Amino acid sequence: MIRFENVGLRYGMGQEVLRDVSLEIAPRSFQFLTGPSGAGKTTLMRLLFMSLKPTRGLISVFGADTARVTRAELPALRRRIGVVFQDFRLLDHLTTYENVALPLRVSGKAESDYRADVVDLLEWVGLGERMHVLPPVLSGGEKQRAAIARALITKPEILLADEPTGNVDPPLARRLLRLFVELNRLGTSVLIATHDLALMEQFDARRIVLAEGRVRIYE
Amino acid sequence: MPGASSWPKDGSGSTSEAMARDERPDPNRPAPPSPREVRASLSSSIGLGRGRGGRGDRSAEPEFDLRSPQIEASGEAAFVDPGETFDPGATVRPTDAEGVRDAVRGATPRRSASPRRKSAKRREERRVVATEAAGGRDIVPPQAIAGRALVLVVAIMGFLACLAVGGLSLVAEAARDWQLDVSREVTIQVKPIDGTAIEPRLKKATEIAEATRGVKSVRLIGERESEALLQPWLGSGLDLAALPIPRLVVLDLSDPAAADLAGLKARIGTEVRGATVDDHAVWAARLRTMAGTMVVAGFGVVVLMLAAMVLSVVFATRAAMAGNRDVIEVLHFVGAEDRFIAAEFQRHFLKLGLVGGAIGGAVAIVAFLVVDAVTRVRGDALADQAHALFGGFSVGWTGHLGAVAVVALVAVLTAVTSRFTVLGHLGRLE
Repeated sequence: MIRFENVGLRYGMGQEVLRDVSLEIAPRSFQFLTGPSGAGKTTLMRLLFMSLKPTRGLISVFGADTARVTRAELPALRRRIGVVFQDFRLLDHLTTYENVALPLRVSGKAESDYRADVVDLLEWVGLGERMHVLPPVLSGGEKQRAAIARALITKPEILLADEPTGNVDPPLARRLLRLFVELNRLGTSVLIATHDLALMEQFDARRIVLAEGRVRIYE
Repeated sequence: MPGASSWPKDGSGSTSEAMARDERPDPNRPAPPSPREVRASLSSSIGLGRGRGGRGDRSAEPEFDLRSPQIEASGEAAFVDPGETFDPGATVRPTDAEGVRDAVRGATPRRSASPRRKSAKRREERRVVATEAAGGRDIVPPQAIAGRALVLVVAIMGFLACLAVGGLSLVAEAARDWQLDVSREVTIQVKPIDGTAIEPRLKKATEIAEATRGVKSVRLIGERESEALLQPWLGSGLDLAALPIPRLVVLDLSDPAAADLAGLKARIGTEVRGATVDDHAVWAARLRTMAGTMVVAGFGVVVLMLAAMVLSVVFATRAAMAGNRDVIEVLHFVGAEDRFIAAEFQRHFLKLGLVGGAIGGAVAIVAFLVVDAVTRVRGDALADQAHALFGGFSVGWTGHLGAVAVVALVAVLTAVTSRFTVLGHLGRLE
């Protein structure tokens, strides 16, 4: 699904942030990406959703070499990936409903075609009463759920979540984890970037540990 | 695919049951589940669903069975907000809905609202829902674009461009009228020759003129009339009989194109001594040159103004993109194509261009009408001169049509400029 081969990345003329990273994210797999702060987790996530290009090595996403992917081909690949950002990245001038529907709207679907699905998903994540509310008045947990709903609405083949429990309390973190586990059980590959050891201890899954720019994988 | 009606309401579903289905990894991965499938499965397995009632339906929710093979049960309800105390027995609070509506407007929720306020909130909520149903509000936030300033710039440029087009139309029409008048009139000048009477030659010239094809009327300018024509230069009270003053025969042509001026010139030249035909070709050529110069200069002015407007739009678009960098990033991450993003900006700038152009065009048309009315009413020397030159400051339908065309051009230029600016900017990213 996603494959890294000897990937290295440096910003400008600085030192390599990532060195010789080789890993594979298989279909329907579940993994945590962890490591100390500054180890390069977010950089690795950005490589995964093609926001950055490596300075060396090969990254293959759904069989496509990202070095050869053109700008015109990127949107189609990104639509197969759901991303949950640590800071949610909800658009503050759009309602919760519009934020969650955004991936469908940008793909050119008519509102009447997706309304039922978006409403269902919002109700399912407990935001049924908050769907016409603007994000600034949502709580942290509600924003997190809206961000997750936005990532899920297009039925992605892989879900990348960057510190999805960083802004919520432990009970909600457990529920979010359970949500990701269930999504994985239904066939979606999941990668959760976190440095929350307590969260990882709750679920036995593959761990990709980043330290000093290098990767170690614990199956 | 299970519909909303299939949501578990009695708590019959459980995580363990769902897990028991044990869908192991399959190399032949089926299509990803739809949101409804995901929702239905998760609702039944880990009790994340709340049903259609949202918060208000908590009392009707199943007890959440959070036990799973891997995750320790916590016994708490799913997706409770941090800091929020979950009360499984809570009933719907009437103020919940009001709070939501307040939040829609970004206002502080109030517990007690007047009927008028409630009605306004309901209207606001309906408006929000209607906006969503109509495809959602603009993805590019309107307030992030220096809209008013740009509308003002576009309006001013549009106004000046419309004035230029109106002025062009006025000059072009006046020049055409002058040219038509000049080319419809031909003059035969008969010079006095010592020892030869002028009257027979005038008579002969008149006869030849009357016999020429395309001549509508022939008028001999009498002596008194000739003297009157010279009076402004020579003064009154002079005896002009002693001066060799040429006499004129004025021909009015019915159709300048069909008139046989070459034949007339040939016959007058051979048959009437001391007579010449002046068809005002020199004047007509000068008029044509002047009108052409004015038109080219006017177009140049219009093009320069539109170029300045385009540059303003380029700067405004770049500023809008810089101010919406986070929005553009999110759009890229959710799979938006560059042309979708460009279309969002284009739609926005098209509106601004239309509004600005319409304001500029409307003010210009009002200005035309006011100037026309003033020059008609005043009747002073200035108005008389203007009237003599232009035949009235009335901008014809071509001028008004030109103003409308300028408005449309301004709007289209604004939209297209923003589109290409966005596409160019996005193309340089990454």
